[in-house]
Amino acid sequence: MANNEHTITIDGTEIHFKAGQTIMDAALSAKIYIPHLCHYPGLTPSGNCRLCVVELNGKDVTACTTQAQPGQQIRNQTPELNAARMAITQMLFVEGNHICPSCEKSGNCKLQAMGYYLGMRDEHYPQFNPRREMDASHPAVLLDRSRCILCDLCVRASREIDGKNVFAIAGRGIHAHLIVNTVSGKLGDSDIAVDDVAANICPVGAILIKEKGYVAPIGRRIYDQHMISDVAFDEHVPEHKEHGND
Amino acid sequence: MTDHKVKIATTSLAGCFGCHMSFLDMDEKLAILSEYIEFNRSPFTDVKHCEPSDIGLIEGGVCTAENVHVLREFRANCKILVAVGACAITGGVPAMRNYFDLRDCLEEAYLHGAGITNPQIPDDTELPLLLDKVYPVGDVVKIDYFLPGCPPPADAFLQLLLPLLDGKAPQMTGEKLHYD
Amino acid sequence: MMNQYSNHCVDFNASHVLHRLYEIQHTERHISAESMTLVADEFKMSVSQVASVVSFYSFFYLEPVGRYHIQFSNCTSCGYQVGQLNLLEKICRLLSVVTGKTREDGWVSVGETSCTGMCDHGASMLINGMPLARLDDERITQISCLISEQKPLEQWPVEWFRVESSIQKHGLLLSETLQPGSSLKKVLVSAPQQILNHIIDSGLRGRGGAGFGTGKKWQFCRDATGEARYVVCNADEGEPGTFKDRVLLENNADALFEGMAICAYVIGAKKGYLYLRGEYRYLLGHLQNVLKRRYAKNLLGQSILEQAGFDFDIEIVVGAGAYICGEESALIESLEGKPGIPQIRPPFPVTHGYLGQPTVVNNVETFIAATHIAKNGSGWFKSMGTKESTGSKILSVSGDCRIPGVYEYPYGVSIQQVLDDCGADNVQAVQIGGPAGTMVARKDFSRQISFEDLSTGGSFLIFGENCDLLSVNQNFARFFAHESCGFCTPCRVGTSLLTNSLQKIMDGRATPLDIHEIKQLSALVKRYSHCGLGHTAANHILDSLQQFSERFEKRLTQKTFTPQIDLDAALAAARKMTGRDDADAHLE
Repeated sequence: MANNEHTITIDGTEIHFKAGQTIMDAALSAKIYIPHLCHYPGLTPSGNCRLCVVELNGKDVTACTTQAQPGQQIRNQTPELNAARMAITQMLFVEGNHICPSCEKSGNCKLQAMGYYLGMRDEHYPQFNPRREMDASHPAVLLDRSRCILCDLCVRASREIDGKNVFAIAGRGIHAHLIVNTVSGKLGDSDIAVDDVAANICPVGAILIKEKGYVAPIGRRIYDQHMISDVAFDEHVPEHKEHGND
Repeated sequence: MTDHKVKIATTSLAGCFGCHMSFLDMDEKLAILSEYIEFNRSPFTDVKHCEPSDIGLIEGGVCTAENVHVLREFRANCKILVAVGACAITGGVPAMRNYFDLRDCLEEAYLHGAGITNPQIPDDTELPLLLDKVYPVGDVVKIDYFLPGCPPPADAFLQLLLPLLDGKAPQMTGEKLHYD
Repeated sequence: MMNQYSNHCVDFNASHVLHRLYEIQHTERHISAESMTLVADEFKMSVSQVASVVSFYSFFYLEPVGRYHIQFSNCTSCGYQVGQLNLLEKICRLLSVVTGKTREDGWVSVGETSCTGMCDHGASMLINGMPLARLDDERITQISCLISEQKPLEQWPVEWFRVESSIQKHGLLLSETLQPGSSLKKVLVSAPQQILNHIIDSGLRGRGGAGFGTGKKWQFCRDATGEARYVVCNADEGEPGTFKDRVLLENNADALFEGMAICAYVIGAKKGYLYLRGEYRYLLGHLQNVLKRRYAKNLLGQSILEQAGFDFDIEIVVGAGAYICGEESALIESLEGKPGIPQIRPPFPVTHGYLGQPTVVNNVETFIAATHIAKNGSGWFKSMGTKESTGSKILSVSGDCRIPGVYEYPYGVSIQQVLDDCGADNVQAVQIGGPAGTMVARKDFSRQISFEDLSTGGSFLIFGENCDLLSVNQNFARFFAHESCGFCTPCRVGTSLLTNSLQKIMDGRATPLDIHEIKQLSALVKRYSHCGLGHTAANHILDSLQQFSERFEKRLTQKTFTPQIDLDAALAAARKMTGRDDADAHLE
């Protein structure tokens, strides 16, 4: 029955995949969790966060960008890979300004949830304390760049699903930052709308819907109740929206 | 459990004493615990200087020169030093001043802010000087264990302390982690 | 008209967004938000794409630079630190300007830039984009006088701007002379596949350092399906310590363009690009003249050498200061007018390259080799070198030696041989392949330059016995942090963390624990980064730790733990504000 023409093996478990699926797609369909922050099913994969690096026949590849091929032997849950994932998560924490107790996204934040999943207890590396611009110009959507992890999800969601082009990443190296595609550079001048996927897909508290903070009490927020590894299987962006919004 | 009582010292640096409050939240378990532990320097005792202790619990980040001295005293005297809570581990809410120059913070607070009379930057030598930023305690001394949370729940303290009372290394995995 | 040449292709114009932005930068000394909007309109790009491009490339500025804009190279060979003398500090002092900040009156700005490829000329700067080499104490004083007098650059002594070719050793390729078109003529009598077979048979491998078989690459591209095929020459040599392409572009441009045309013939391309690094913009006029001559001789354009259907144009695109664009997929992004972010591979450029079409990207030296192989045969090429590394390698030799310059050797030459030839005594270490390469200690100087042993794009940096190798590591670490594109986490954050960790060691504040940390971090950056930059960015640290561990140990404190920060320095701001300097106002 197991037809290895359409199966791959992850940590000893043989799973089926459909033609065209990536390793990440196949794993998620089979309810195998490969840690990721910059990937969201339904969007073109990017491979920038590097959390989903797995060992494929002894080589390191990002699961989200690598096509599943028959017979692949993949190692995902290894102590080395998870130690590296924790280090990468810590890098994302120190690079930005992540003060969980004062963040509206706390409890629903994937960066935080990744820390929980990996058992991260401290940030390990010295903090960068960057000074990044806050943009509160939009009546309903707030952009706090100090929490941005440059995952590029909002950029892709806006282009691929919302049919707009609200965000981009500019700058180089440690100075990379999220920009808004308007002459003023302000979100208020963009055509982003509250129900756009781009306004809601941010894994951290960088893009927030205004006047909606702290809706769920502590204890009832997503990652109070679930591990990120359980929630990941239910995610998919909505189909491409009909354009001409409102 | 060991014969002698385990000596614990605690302090709050740039913190709000919330972690201490959470410690007290153990309620009746505190009564049992008190048979096995005694406090050295701590807001619970008013002992002014840390003497040789088994465990040091540090709440709050490092904000002033005095914080550095206290933290070093703890490190020198405690066999095991634990960073307790978000502020000790990352700087926390007080570290929100890190996105401004110290000068701007002080000028806003003491010169230009609303309702200020007799504006001047305090320069009394009695006052500890502020560091340019609020630092995690782990940036200043070596830390043995981290107890995340804002505050860490009372049970987390127990989970840390109980094995230590038995002379074992605490198992810091498996509990429900929280950074807030 | 057979021999017409297309102005569009040859003259440098603003048809490329990088060129248009250069024009604006050049005339307005910065690129304002208004200009970006204008360019976005002109190029039918989004404002954010233009803004991304402007903020990605080092030579574009959001705030106006000075009328005299000085960028010192900070490379270990052509950098501003000359012995004890810091030329950058000196000129800043003389001109009352702070690094990175345009002087109040708008006349001067001074900053740093990555290696400008003048390593054979000593300390160098770009002044308004023009290379000015052989800098020393006296020249810096002279320069600051001319700037103070506000004397236009055109009136400065011409010889100051002279860049020499400094070829010290002619080998297989450099001894060849080429009658323009002679190789191409020979090629055109054979079928493309036959020519390709010669290239394959020659064993030629990419000269950029990675060493992919050139014939194989051309074959893949030829076999790939696409609407068009492209030939791209990577003249973005940015690896600190490399300057041989500069010399080749100066002296062998005909052979280079001929190689590109041969490649076009083989793969069926109609269009080629020379991607020239912004630091070599001064070569643009010369290169355009060569192109014009070649168009005039029908060696480019329509029906080349009367061969119906063989049409090939070459356009030059000039970069704007980004080392990462030397990575082929990043280079293609840049050609397409985007930030130079390396793409996910596969697919590789041979199947999905420029505009998504099959594209060959080769190094300057590789195309030149191809030209001569086509002319002289594969046997000629294979007569030199080693089994896996046929032919010769052109090295850029610089650092602590008496005769820096370009040296060409058969592959397999030992490091010691090169050191002997360039007059380098008492050498402590040699860095082969630039910061991304390998650091080799004296005991290993019998190792050879070849793909089997030490592969290099050409950079050969020599460090004498008085050199502080740790400061070399620090220099390299800063280079990578500056040049990381920022796409992936381990490289973006890791290269900055490594720089800070090395600084702690340099400052004498580090403990053995920090060494353990830096090793782990290096391994992480190397293994988990997205592209070659990240994969190699920590090699110099790992090499150094392995071979020169005592240099690190000497700098360590005996303590078991030291703070990440200099605590006393962290009190400086408060001391200043309160005017306090008592004992309690300090920390150890």
